[in-house]
Amino acid sequence: MATIRFERRIAAPADVVWKIVGTPESISDWFPGITSCTVDGMTRVIRLASGIEMPEKILTIDPLIRRFQYQITAPIYRFHRGTIDVIELGESDSLCVYSTDSDPDVLALVIGGGTYGALIEIERLALAQKEA
Amino acid sequence: MARKILFITTDQQRYDTLACNGGILSRTPVVDALAAEGIRYTRCQPTSVVCMPSRASMLTGQYPTRHGAWMNGVPLAVDAPSVAENLHDEGYRTALIGKAHFEPFLDPFGRFAENSLASLGIPTIEQPWFDGRRGPHRGFDHLEFATHGAMGPLHYAKWLQANHPEALSGFFPVLDGDLNVSAEGGGDSGAPQVKFNSIPREWYHTDWVAERTIEWLNSVDVGDDWFCWMSFPDPHHPWDPPQSEIGRVNWRDVDLPENYPTTASEREALLDQKARHWRLWYDGKLVSNYEAPNKWVPATLTADQVREVNALNAVEVELIDEAIGRVMRAIEDRGWGDDVDIIFTTDHGEFQGDYGLLFKGPYHVDSLMRLPLIWRPAKSSGIAPAVVNTPVNLVSLAATFLDVAGAPRAEWLEGGPLPHSDDAAAAQGFDQSITEWDSALFGVDVHVRSVVTKDYLYTEYLPGTVHDGTEGELYVLADDPLQRVNRFADSAYRSTRDELHERLAAHIDRPGLPEHLGPVVAPV
Repeated sequence: MATIRFERRIAAPADVVWKIVGTPESISDWFPGITSCTVDGMTRVIRLASGIEMPEKILTIDPLIRRFQYQITAPIYRFHRGTIDVIELGESDSLCVYSTDSDPDVLALVIGGGTYGALIEIERLALAQKEA
Repeated sequence: MARKILFITTDQQRYDTLACNGGILSRTPVVDALAAEGIRYTRCQPTSVVCMPSRASMLTGQYPTRHGAWMNGVPLAVDAPSVAENLHDEGYRTALIGKAHFEPFLDPFGRFAENSLASLGIPTIEQPWFDGRRGPHRGFDHLEFATHGAMGPLHYAKWLQANHPEALSGFFPVLDGDLNVSAEGGGDSGAPQVKFNSIPREWYHTDWVAERTIEWLNSVDVGDDWFCWMSFPDPHHPWDPPQSEIGRVNWRDVDLPENYPTTASEREALLDQKARHWRLWYDGKLVSNYEAPNKWVPATLTADQVREVNALNAVEVELIDEAIGRVMRAIEDRGWGDDVDIIFTTDHGEFQGDYGLLFKGPYHVDSLMRLPLIWRPAKSSGIAPAVVNTPVNLVSLAATFLDVAGAPRAEWLEGGPLPHSDDAAAAQGFDQSITEWDSALFGVDVHVRSVVTKDYLYTEYLPGTVHDGTEGELYVLADDPLQRVNRFADSAYRSTRDELHERLAAHIDRPGLPEHLGPVVAPV
């Protein structure tokens, strides 16, 4: 099992960042390469730019600790867990941490690489929403 | 009208696979003729011994520590310098056909343009920053991609999937179920990454790259200037050329390489005097990079496997030579014969049995670092044929292309144009070549810097998780052309070491380097 973790400090209130991260339907707005998704209860299916569809199980949406967790349930994974934490550092200062645990290891790199770009997009959206 | 440029690259091809460089397995009459008519470099090194950093250096004229694609899996920034962009600005038609690999392959999200192009069914794409000046992507007007197999989203794979689906299963499956480079063996000897491929030759990617190149050349107006990068994916593993062709070289008749130690004790003794990761990898105790199968143990490599790999490699080299011949005939047919500069090289080498090893990694010896480089200047240039023995580096390619085009030198270039002769090399200040390696894979960090001079090959291992910064290798090229005797700890070479260390230190400390390079976002 491998773990890849990226983090990004965002000059926006934690609640603004959480609103983006904690809304499962919004992932196609901020995860590069995810073109669309459907959410049904705690099940989400994402569609990638390559045309691949991947089912996910949402594990945690906790607004108190601002944690979103999900698991890709496609058979290529023996195990996957994605965790996004939004940590309040100040009034308009947040740390967003995106962790990927995966078996096989290589898939942690594949997904983890995407999470790096996702954090950049989350920041862009958060700053835009803060200004709005 | 300016000189046109055909830039030919192969992938992972050793210096000694060409007959003009002393190779005896492959027949390479086309490239040999280019060498006879042009300039043959006997000491060319890459900036890196893996694909992405090395190829990014060809495009940018910069070392990986500046262009930022510091290991496979780290994309070259889309706004990085590109010699294709400068040529585009000079009015050149620009194309890249075959293997690019400036961006990661393993990309199910389709985040990178190289992987999106074929999915979109177009040869070009408009990036968000597209302004019509840079060309559709990295300065290229036209892009058609291929890599080592038939899976994935690139143009060749899509073409084969659509037109000849029955041929897909002929290729070696490059990745295993865990998406690691597969260690599965095949052929007659059970060598890793070997498979008999039933695909007809005309559907194989070597011929596809040549045919697509000819098609593009035929689309260019005869009066246009053009820069075409024709990039063959072979002879990189897997070794799965069309089975119809493998009779060209019977592996049972192939001699073992001069640098293949025939006994385990000889192999172990050779490896033990090098830095520690050599033996650790050989014994299957360390995997430092993704490019070699992580479940394969080099110590299990047999002499017959080396013979079979080298035979199949030679077949792939011959197919490339013949494909180049077809493209050259097409160029002649267009009436461009006197006005085209042809540069042939590769991105890095391959062990092919040297030291009892296969594939590649952070090992800076001639097996991986000494590359074929041939420049056949346009006949109209009047440049005389030569053999250049001075060390040169692929970082000089971008400057050379601009020079050929008569374009101004770009301020971002780190390498000057290739010299036409050893005298010119001296006048231009060529006296060394630097190669870098940086990798970070699942907690194993390796950082290597090497310099090659006329006399020495010197390597320092910077602190990482395997090395503590005190290890190195020093080889005396004249006495030890196979790099078997490490003089790093030999007190008789102390002053030589100090002088070579200063050269590396100056490279490492060169001004203006970015403080932070991008993260690894894919395995390859």
